[in-house]
Order: sequence, then structure tokens, then C-alpha cells
Amino acid sequence: MEVLELARWQFGITTVYHFFFVPLTIGLSVLVAMMQTVWWRTGDERWLRLTKFFGKLFLINFAMGIATGIVQEFQFGMNWSDYSRFVGDIFGAPLAIEGLLAFFLESTFLGLWIFGWDRLKPGVHLACIWIAAAGTVLSAYFILAANSFMQNPVGYTLNAEKGRAELTDFGAVLTNKVLTVTFPHQIFGCFMVAGAFVAGVALWHIMHRSDGDGAFRSALRMGAVVLLVSGIGTIISGDFQGKVMTEVQPMKMAAAEGLYDDAKPAPFSVLTIGTLDGTEEVFKLEVPKVLSFLGTGSFDGQVRGIDSLQDEYEQTYGPGDYSPNIPVTYWTFRLMITTGGLAMAAGALMLWATRRGRTPRSRWMLRAAIVLPLLPMVANSFGWIFTEMGRQPWVVFGLMPTASGVSPSTSVAEVATSLATFTALYGVLAVIEVRLLLRYVKAGLPELEPPTDPDDADAPLAFAY
Amino acid sequence: MELTTFWFILIAVLWIGYLVLEGFDFGVGMLMAVLANDDRERRVLLNTIGPVWDANEVWLIVAGGATFAAFPEWYATLFSGFYLPLLLILVALIVRIIGIEFRSKRPDASWRRRCDAAIVFGSALPALLWGVALANIVRGVPIDADKEYVGGLFDLLNPYGLLGGLVTLSLFFVHGAFFVGLKTVGEIRERAISLGLGAGVVAGALLTLFVVWTAGRDGSIAVWILGLLVLAAFALGMTNAVGRRDGWAFGGTAVAIGLLVVTLFAALFPDVMVSSLDPAWSLTTTNAASTSYTLTIMSWVAVAFTPIVLIYQTWSYWVFRRRIGVHHIPG
Repeated sequence: MEVLELARWQFGITTVYHFFFVPLTIGLSVLVAMMQTVWWRTGDERWLRLTKFFGKLFLINFAMGIATGIVQEFQFGMNWSDYSRFVGDIFGAPLAIEGLLAFFLESTFLGLWIFGWDRLKPGVHLACIWIAAAGTVLSAYFILAANSFMQNPVGYTLNAEKGRAELTDFGAVLTNKVLTVTFPHQIFGCFMVAGAFVAGVALWHIMHRSDGDGAFRSALRMGAVVLLVSGIGTIISGDFQGKVMTEVQPMKMAAAEGLYDDAKPAPFSVLTIGTLDGTEEVFKLEVPKVLSFLGTGSFDGQVRGIDSLQDEYEQTYGPGDYSPNIPVTYWTFRLMITTGGLAMAAGALMLWATRRGRTPRSRWMLRAAIVLPLLPMVANSFGWIFTEMGRQPWVVFGLMPTASGVSPSTSVAEVATSLATFTALYGVLAVIEVRLLLRYVKAGLPELEPPTDPDDADAPLAFAY
Repeated sequence: MELTTFWFILIAVLWIGYLVLEGFDFGVGMLMAVLANDDRERRVLLNTIGPVWDANEVWLIVAGGATFAAFPEWYATLFSGFYLPLLLILVALIVRIIGIEFRSKRPDASWRRRCDAAIVFGSALPALLWGVALANIVRGVPIDADKEYVGGLFDLLNPYGLLGGLVTLSLFFVHGAFFVGLKTVGEIRERAISLGLGAGVVAGALLTLFVVWTAGRDGSIAVWILGLLVLAAFALGMTNAVGRRDGWAFGGTAVAIGLLVVTLFAALFPDVMVSSLDPAWSLTTTNAASTSYTLTIMSWVAVAFTPIVLIYQTWSYWVFRRRIGVHHIPG
């Protein structure tokens, strides 16, 4: 394999893996803050126990997020140095600002929250988790600003002499139309992950009769409602995204649908069995006119096909293949929608099955409780694989092909070593992480310790490693 | 002042913040191997850095991001060139984080032993390699006319680079020991300071050699003065440790580390990476920089938000100012 392929595999593996933890961190930080707020307002100790229980799971997940996060920043320079040279003037700024504004906030105030139970006044302590949660959301905004530039470059000029893109309008980068639709879509996606996680874990305890005081029943309702509401938000923002994508990256939309010829109106492809280019079609299910609506807002709108876009791009950019991997984009797009939809259905079913104090007994419901937390998580992964694979062959759409971004001085041996190292290490960490999560999920709500006297210098720490 | 110079200084400040703060985290991590006698003592050590280590590490993320934004060529050449050392640092930081965060999540002794090994390895290796990397940036590495690093791993393992690594390794060890002296009570505090003083003799000798070598290579008066100030600060830290003035001892090593970064950056300026092949191929604050538009925006962001970060980070150290001992460790 070439350096290019290895570097792409490494980016894919490390980024998809890192992003298993990120949505849960963003969503769950807010849900835990909400739980603590309910306790703070009502004094109901069930909510304090829920805060501590989900707070512990949150921290196990957060540790993995930060452990795998540094790699993300380093590998732009390590494997993609020519990309970094080309976009650094634009792409570096949101990355640096993300660190300065968001990561400091997140890490400092989480430290205060974790260790500060007996060191801070309850109101100040509660504020710490909210500030940390705000930090996580802020970080999403800046990193999406960087990514949106790769999908739809704005606010720049090309400097031919230096061979790089240069920033001319930072405001345009921060208000990129791709960013303004992707940010809400991603944040809702994070809340779907967290809502499903809380609901699934809570239902598991309810069905195992380990919910003595009804705390998990409240958690389930909270999680399921968050899942459903943010699910609706994800659908609406996704619809806006489809229209922006059709406008700025029509090839990605055509690839998502396996649409080879221009169509007006265009049908939405639900399922295809056989090859996607129609050479060996076995079965195809389509809904007429729906793609036109998704892409343009009108049931009779025109949606461009892969072949005509290919012709157009050859005119503009010269000879080459300008379409992404069609089976990957086609299927990840469908899997994203399917897994997200299934999560919402499972959430609704759980609310129904536990209405007015009922406890479901069906084996299927228990299985659903176990699978539910995974569904929006993989939906997030499929969505990002679709977005990034759908941008190919470009690393910055229309400006830089992915093949030109790779580090010229890096050898196959070096990239192969790091790819093998990270894959093996991440595999081991996955086993450790899942075991720990299951251990603490099964342990259930913690007993509350009597608060220590804040002036007693010899009292044991409220939390210790 | 030129914006590029301002950003060169700011990146130096970020490295000072990172190495002073994570320097003692690394030191405490290494002390897990030699200072603590039992599980409870190891937990005391771990909890001295518990609430703050993560925010300390963010200094590195911001230093990396700022280099990317302000000097993309520097970021690109450095990170792709120092590939294997950075890979080792990443692996070390990952296993260290997992060790710190997950150690107490399981009670069994074999699990905790493995986490301890991860923390010690994950602290010692970056403590060594950051010194190797910084020394080589100043010394010069093979960089060609296209600003590409054309050397291998062994080009970095030269005597000056290795000495730089041993300096940061030993200095962080002493720095960590004095931090434990400042943050603990009881017998462990005494042992930490004694160990720090013993190691400090070795660290002081290595540091003197390195400072003289650096200033001798550079030859400028400014670098000589800065180098002597590094040694003075370190000596002050050691003297105060003898007198058991913990705050001053820790302050001494902190200032020594900070001034060492200043010395290296002063020797580097106006280059950001020296080419050992041809001085004309060196990366400089000018030829590696972003546009003045980007630097201006970034300057406003940095000027507005860095003080706020410093305020709340200082506040978090204030909140956790209390010393801890074995009797504070629950269950």
C-alpha cells in the first residue's frame, strides 16, 4: 500500500474511534448537569444519586475521549503535512481557538466538578458542570467550522506564489452555510446518543428490578424524551443540510443516492439490490419526487446526476475521476438514517412500555435496552463516514485533492507503524473501556455518603483517584 | 513589534505553560515507581495532580494548535519530520491518561500494578522525548530546500539532543518531587524532598552542562545571561528545599523550567527550525508564518482569552490548595 492509503485508513480508524466518545461526552455532560440541577432545585436525593451514577459513566467515557483526542490534532501535521501547509492559514485558527476557548474550559471545570464536591458551595459546584458542558458544545462549533471549510471553502483567496489558501474573511468561515446547518445537526446527534444511553441503562435497571426508589424510571423518561426531541431536531436540521449539500456539493448528494443521470423530478432511493450503477439491478425501491424535495425544497426540482457532474468537473478541473466511492456513500447514508430512526422508535416504545408505572417483561424489550445506546452512536459514525467519503477525491472541495495533502517526507514504514500501533492500542482500550462501563452500569445507583465538614482538614477526600 | 515575533513569543509562553505544569505531572508519575511504598501512598501521589493534570495537558493542545495557525510550515515540517518520537509521545500520553483515570476504578492489585506501569512509562518517556525534540529544533536537523525533514530517527539521537532529553527527564523528576513536598503531609512529604534533593544533584549537573553547551553554541550575551538565570533559579529551588521551604523550592524548579524554555527559544530566534544542511533552508518566523490577517485575528483572541484562562486555572489550584496525606484517601 502507498502512504496515501495508509494515511487515509489511519485517519479513518482513529477519527471514527475518537468519535465514539465525543457525542456521548457532549450530550451526557448536559444531561448530568440537568440531573444535578433538578437535585439542586428540589433536594430530591434520587437525582443526586443519578447525577453521581451517570457522572461516573460520563467520566469513564470522557477519559477515552481525551486519550484519543491528542492524536487528532497531531496527525494533521504527521500524515498530512502538505494539507497543513495549504490550509494552515485558515484551518489552524479554529483549531487553536477550540483549544484556548473550549478545551481549557472543559478540562479545568470538569476537574473542579469531579474533585470539588466537598470544596465548593453547591451552587458553584453545579455551575462547574454547566460551564464544562458549555465548553464541550463550543468545541463542537470550532472543529465543525474547520471541517466545513473543507466541505465548502469560503472567506479565502489562493496565493499561487506560496501555493496556499489564505484567510480573507474569518467571519465567513465562522458563518459558513455548511457550518450553520451541520452544527445543529451534530449537536442534536449528540443529544440522541446521550438520551439513548441514559434511557437504555435506566430501562435495563428497571427490568432487572434494581430500581428501588423509582430514580431510574425518572431517568428513563428524561433520556427517552431527550432522544425523541433531539431526533426530531436531527431530522429537521438534516433536511436543511440536504439542501445545502445539493447546492455546494452536488456530487455528494448524487453519490448518496446512486443517481447517475440528472433527474427532474428525482426519486428517493430507499433500497437497491444489485450494483448501484444499474448494470446488474436485481431490485430497487424508490419513492418518486422525494429526492427533489430533500435536495431543493420543491417536488419538481432538478437534482444533478453523477455522470453530468463528472463531465462538468472534467471541464473545470481537468481529467480525473471526481466521484466518491458510490457504494460506501450510498449505504452509509441509508444506515445513518435507519439506525437513527430505529433509535427513535425504540425510545418511543420504551416510553409506552413504562407508562404509568408499568414494568415491561419481554425479552425483546431487554434486548432493545441493550442495543439502544449503540444505535445513535453508530448513526453518528455512518453520518461522518458519509460526509468525509462523499467529499472525495477532495480533501478541500474543489481546491486540493486528498492525494496532494499527504506528507511527502513520511515513509510507508512510518505510517504503517503508527497505523498498526494505534489500531492495536485502540483495540485493547476498547475492551478495557467496555468492561469498565458494564461494571459501573451493573453496580447501579451509589449510596450517598454523608457530606464531610468543609473545615475539617483531616476529613477524607469526597472523590479520589 | 512584528506580529510574527509576537506569535513566536506566544508559542514560547504556551510551551512554558505546558512544560512547567505537565512537568510536575510527569515528575509525580515517575515518582509512583520509586517514592510510594504501598497503594495508599501511590494514591496520595496521584491525587496531588488529580484535579489539574488534564487542564495542564491542554497547554500542549493549544501550543500545537497555535503553531498550526500561526506558523503552518513549522507545524507541518516539525510534525511530519519528528514522526516516530511524536508517535511514541502519543502512545505514552494515551496509556498514561488511561492509567491515571482508570486505576482506582478496579480494586484488584494486578490491575493497579498495570496502571502504575502505564503511568510511570507514560510520564518518563514524554519527559525524555520533549527535551530531545526541543534541543534538536535549536541544534538543527536535516531540512531540505522544500522545507522537508530528510533525516531519520537516529539523526535526532545526537549527544546534544540526548542531553536535552536527560535534562528534561531529571528536571521534571525533581520538579515533581518538590511539588509532592508542597502538596502532601506526613512522612511521604519528607521522603519526596529528600529524593528530590538527591536527584537534584544529578539534574543540576546535567542542566549546567546543557546550558553551557547551548550558550556556547549560540554565543550571544543574552543566551548566556538567560542560561545563568536558569541555573540560579534551580540553585535557589534546591537551597530552599534544603530549608524545607516547599513553596520556594517548587517555585525555583518552576522558574528554572520556564527560563530554560526562554533560553532555547532565544537561541532559536529568528529561526523556528534550523536546517543543518544549509542555513538558507531554515524555517524562520517570517517564511513559516501565516498571513498578517490571520495573525491579527488570532492575536485579538489570544489577548482577550488567555488572561481569563489563567484566572480560572489559578482559581482551580486555589480550590485544591490543601495538602493531602494517607489519611485523606477514602476506602
